[in-house]
Amino acid sequence: MKNLWKKSIERYGYPKVYITIFLILLLIIAVIQKQSIPDLLIDSLIRIGMNSILVLAMVPGIVSGTGLNFALSIGILCGILAGCIAIEMRLVGLTAFLVAVLINIPLAAVAGYLYGLLLNRVKGDEMTVGTYMGFSMVSLMSIGWLVLPFKNPDMVWAIGGRGLRVTITLVDKYDKVLDHLIKFKVFDRNLPIGTLIFFGICCLLMWLFLRSKTGAAMIAAGDNQKFAEASGINVNKQRMIGVIISMILGGIGIIVYAQSYGFFQLYQGPLMMPFVAISAILIGGATAKKASIGNVISGVILFQALLTISLPVINKMMPEGNLSEVIRIIVSNGVILYALTKMGGNE
Amino acid sequence: MMSTKIELNDKKEKKYDIKQLIVRNSVPIMFIVICLGGTIASKLGPAYVLNELIARLDRNLLLVLSLIIPVLAGMGLNFALVIGAMAGQIGLITIKIFDIGGLPGILAATLIATPFAIIFGLGTGSILNRTKGQEMITSLILGYFAMGLYQLVFLLLMGTLIPVKDPEIILPGGIGLKNAIDLNLIKYSLDKIWQPAIMGVKIPVVSFIIIAFFCAVIWFITRTKLGQDFRALGQDINIAKVSGIDVDKTRLIAITISTVLAAWGQIMFLQNIGTLQTYSSHEQVGMFAVAAILVGGASVTKATIGEAILGTILFHTLFIVSPNAGKNLLGDSQIGEFFRAFIAYGVIAMSLVLHAFQKTIMSKAKRD
Repeated sequence: MKNLWKKSIERYGYPKVYITIFLILLLIIAVIQKQSIPDLLIDSLIRIGMNSILVLAMVPGIVSGTGLNFALSIGILCGILAGCIAIEMRLVGLTAFLVAVLINIPLAAVAGYLYGLLLNRVKGDEMTVGTYMGFSMVSLMSIGWLVLPFKNPDMVWAIGGRGLRVTITLVDKYDKVLDHLIKFKVFDRNLPIGTLIFFGICCLLMWLFLRSKTGAAMIAAGDNQKFAEASGINVNKQRMIGVIISMILGGIGIIVYAQSYGFFQLYQGPLMMPFVAISAILIGGATAKKASIGNVISGVILFQALLTISLPVINKMMPEGNLSEVIRIIVSNGVILYALTKMGGNE
Repeated sequence: MMSTKIELNDKKEKKYDIKQLIVRNSVPIMFIVICLGGTIASKLGPAYVLNELIARLDRNLLLVLSLIIPVLAGMGLNFALVIGAMAGQIGLITIKIFDIGGLPGILAATLIATPFAIIFGLGTGSILNRTKGQEMITSLILGYFAMGLYQLVFLLLMGTLIPVKDPEIILPGGIGLKNAIDLNLIKYSLDKIWQPAIMGVKIPVVSFIIIAFFCAVIWFITRTKLGQDFRALGQDINIAKVSGIDVDKTRLIAITISTVLAAWGQIMFLQNIGTLQTYSSHEQVGMFAVAAILVGGASVTKATIGEAILGTILFHTLFIVSPNAGKNLLGDSQIGEFFRAFIAYGVIAMSLVLHAFQKTIMSKAKRD
């Protein structure tokens, strides 16, 4: 027994093992509380699809050697902007979603390029700089949401006629276009098959990319900078590619998130979103230096299932206060903290 | 030999070259201009601005001062200040439970908060010792993590493990602290001991004497053997190690001093505010204090008492005037508010970027 424990810790790392145990405990309590298990599982599945691309966005950043992308909020901002432009063009349905994704790509690529230029000059401090670059861009863009010349009355404040609303609803626009793309009902609930297939395709593309020539060069650059340089790889260029892909995926990720959630959250909404994605991939077993598609899939499943199931279970045990939110804060930051201490110091 | 030469040059330039002086102090100069412009645009009376500013200095200065020592010790900006602030709040919640008011209340809160702050500081320090070179991101995340634990303790354990029944502070269900706790029993108990008004501006003399005392303490610490060790660590951790300084222990002491000062700082902050927002009073403590000291011209590797004071004055002037200035200039007070949030985050980001640039240049120079 002790041996098995040791082996699984070695293989999967503390976060994954502990979170899995915690999740199983929650499920047992849910059964005892007579919660509707199918509902909990379907809710989890929806949340997993919602967050999946945002977590995938962490991979290119990590493997190219720029660490956990704490500035993913910059990509998220590009995605929200693209999503709002699609609404401004009065598009609906799948067209709107696809146009939003297409508009996002150049926006996020430019933002990623500029951010990459910066990151290549601050090697070793990417995470600290990234966190605060993300924070400052979110507050700068808060001014942007107020002054950008959007006209569609569905998005603009009714009073004054200027400035976008804090939450922009996607009902009648492209609410759930991916989630309900393929109708498949279980227990009278729609499963988000479309979103999951979209996530699967993105994972497959990322997997292929990492095995392409560029992908291999990127992994080499992230793995050992000096060695990569010696073998003729342009490390800065590879890091740049990693950052740009990460930002583009961040933008697509928030559009996928919004279509499933039903809203865009502007202003302070994107501020802490990178942290959620980071915790998920770390729970999946990634580190600040290594990440795989497997880490993404298992991470997003474990973390989002934990968040979804803990909410009704804990609220039933402790109706006062929002303890489930507290647990989210502790788990999410605890996992990041653990990863940072694992990186060790560079004395 | 090389380094002494450079230092001599530095001194010469400081004395004779005004241009250099401006370049060196470009950040505070820029903020002085923004603050003056903002004050004029806000159309607020000087008496109002001064009164507000004095109150905000009284609240925030000790918190900002608590950042200095970790910077000297080469640990960067201590974003985990919030952990110290929590210790201070533990002290205040305790005196509220035992209903000790006035000056004795403040003293009791300080006495209760101090051991907590020391323990928290040692804990923070030992984690930061494991993440040398990544202290700032670690302290930031550690702060968030600690906020989660703090909420867990005060939401779940109050009324269950810790037997407190007082309906004035406990939620109706009997478990967990209320969101807002009234601290009228100690409000202004330091400030109003002697608060003469000079030309309509009320000055809490005793509070400022306390702050001045801590300035002196910090100044004194930097001149002891311990202070020399801090500076040696700040200059080069490897050389400090070789010259026989116990690196880990010295860093532990630096962060503990900072945490204890932050706890006391939060007590001073809340005695002026008068209400404890149980779950949010401490949230922004680290960010605002760090932004303030950076505005004053400090950096990740250099901070002085003067920079802390100047920075607090400038940063909080901006806080007072920016909503009105935003309204008068752009027709929307929200723009002013977002602008000051942008300034707070932006100044931290810029300072971190500059620090990283310097590090890259230095390591390149070393290699060549």
